[in-house]
Amino acid sequence: MTIAAPESSGHPTSVNLNRTVPPFGGFNLTFLGIEIKRRMRNRRTLVFTVAMPIVLFLLVGVQFLHTALTATPVAKGGLSVAAYILISMAVYGAMVASTSAGGAVAVERATGWSRQLRLTPLNPIAYIAIKVVSALTLGLIAVLGTFAAGIIAGVRMPVYVFILSGLAAWLGSLVFTSLGLFIGYLVPSENVMQFLGPILAILALFGGLFSPLPAGTLTDIAKWTPVYGLGEIARAPLTGQAFDGWAVVNIVAWLLIFSAGAALVFRRDTKRV
Amino acid sequence: MTQNQTLSSRQTGAGIPAAVDAVGLVKSYGTVSAVDGISLRIQPGEVVAFLGPNGAGKTTTIDMLLGLTRPDRGTVSLYGRSPRSAIAHGLVSAVMQTGGLLQDVTVRETVQLTATLFADSRPVDEVLSRAGILDIADRLVKKCSGGQQQRLRFAMALLSDPGLLILDEPTTGMDVEGRRDFWKAIREDAGRGRTVIFATHYLDEADAYADRIVLVRQGRIVADGTAAEIKNLAAGRTVRATAVGLDESAILAIPGVDSVELHSDTVRVRTTDSDLVARYLLTETSAHDIEITSHNLEEAFIALTGDDSPATASAAGTGKKNRS
Repeated sequence: MTIAAPESSGHPTSVNLNRTVPPFGGFNLTFLGIEIKRRMRNRRTLVFTVAMPIVLFLLVGVQFLHTALTATPVAKGGLSVAAYILISMAVYGAMVASTSAGGAVAVERATGWSRQLRLTPLNPIAYIAIKVVSALTLGLIAVLGTFAAGIIAGVRMPVYVFILSGLAAWLGSLVFTSLGLFIGYLVPSENVMQFLGPILAILALFGGLFSPLPAGTLTDIAKWTPVYGLGEIARAPLTGQAFDGWAVVNIVAWLLIFSAGAALVFRRDTKRV
Repeated sequence: MTQNQTLSSRQTGAGIPAAVDAVGLVKSYGTVSAVDGISLRIQPGEVVAFLGPNGAGKTTTIDMLLGLTRPDRGTVSLYGRSPRSAIAHGLVSAVMQTGGLLQDVTVRETVQLTATLFADSRPVDEVLSRAGILDIADRLVKKCSGGQQQRLRFAMALLSDPGLLILDEPTTGMDVEGRRDFWKAIREDAGRGRTVIFATHYLDEADAYADRIVLVRQGRIVADGTAAEIKNLAAGRTVRATAVGLDESAILAIPGVDSVELHSDTVRVRTTDSDLVARYLLTETSAHDIEITSHNLEEAFIALTGDDSPATASAAGTGKKNRS
């Protein structure tokens, strides 16, 4: 192994000092592609974001394939409880995927990679944008994977319900990308998902993802937690009931809270590094 | 959106801004002062060694030059720009001890990834080859040795063909051959006008490869000059000659003379100006067989950075600091 002299062909004979900055602060598709490839290479991420919601659906949802959700029996074209659970699992998969993609900044800070990136033209905002897009990609895979498993297992619901619920689960998961970024910049730890995972499970419970919330105190508390609004909105196309304004307030408020938190710790981080 | 060098407010006579212009840098962590007033001006094409013991403030200074740490006081301008702007333009790159690498990608992917971030970059295979890691390009980073990872950082730093390359202990983990190849590559690029600043504790490296050595201790620059000047500054040279009947007080009166030892027919003079002593001995006395030896850089280094050095008044009992 030797360090070779520059090839005479094409290597400039003197160092050029007239330079430009990259467009979009360094955001580009190659970088994004490698970022997504890295996420996909991580077996733990795949297990928790794609495999787990499917397995949960198979364990919990499939038995309700013929249990009617409404007064109309499933046999007569009615909706099944399994469809309700399928949407919940899609929401869950997307939120875990987004949180882990956002939380990846924690790993990159802990290993010093983010410091290495500070030595390149990459703008910190472009870095965040790459994390957000990779979170959306991973979230989309989680939603599509769960729905595909549901269809194969025999869940039937109108196409528009698949599309609207899927979109809600997918885009709503941006709330959790913010949460991941927030925690990722707050805690410089390689295993940030190990404690975020259980927290997400509890939040999902309060969001009625694992089973419908019983009316009463529990629902009153749940209304203030971050998954509640997302769950309501994602299931609305299925149940046909309009979600109330509170669900929108809930989702927007938590998005703002997590984003503001992320922005705050992010600014502290770029000052120091 | 090409912005050329004439934007600089601080320029040298030739109209090209200094590669580095740092003024009055001060940085403390809590009550510990890491850098205590460092000013440094480096012209394009210089190869400068940043030499000092652990805790002297080398890494903190480099962090401030690169904009990774904000100085408490003082300013930094690289080619007339802020550090961040100089990095964004691909004018400056660095190999840092602390720079982490992604473990779950290959060597080539790491370089490809970094290459996409620059407006202009050299071909990926060219920098891999120059850093001597083309043959392990498809290896996962986590499977690479420390020396190979260091070469990878070097490859990444070469991508933008930077005007200024800053290296913090660059050859750590490299074997002897790797080290020699590395410096050969650095010297070739310096010949093309690249400015290089490297922090090192390998004194022989500073001596052999730097045009200029900046010696740092306790957050201050204690010496700044060529390797020969630094050696001279600390310990001077020893002039030895064969002679009898010399006038000790006359030799002591020569400017720069520190001490005179007279033995039966030998005189040994320690001086910071060996020329004056030699001229005196040859023209005013019968001395012959004159030998002039310079002290090596290591002695200079120890003399200038040791705790008993006269360079600081408050050195007694100072231990190593956590930050360097």
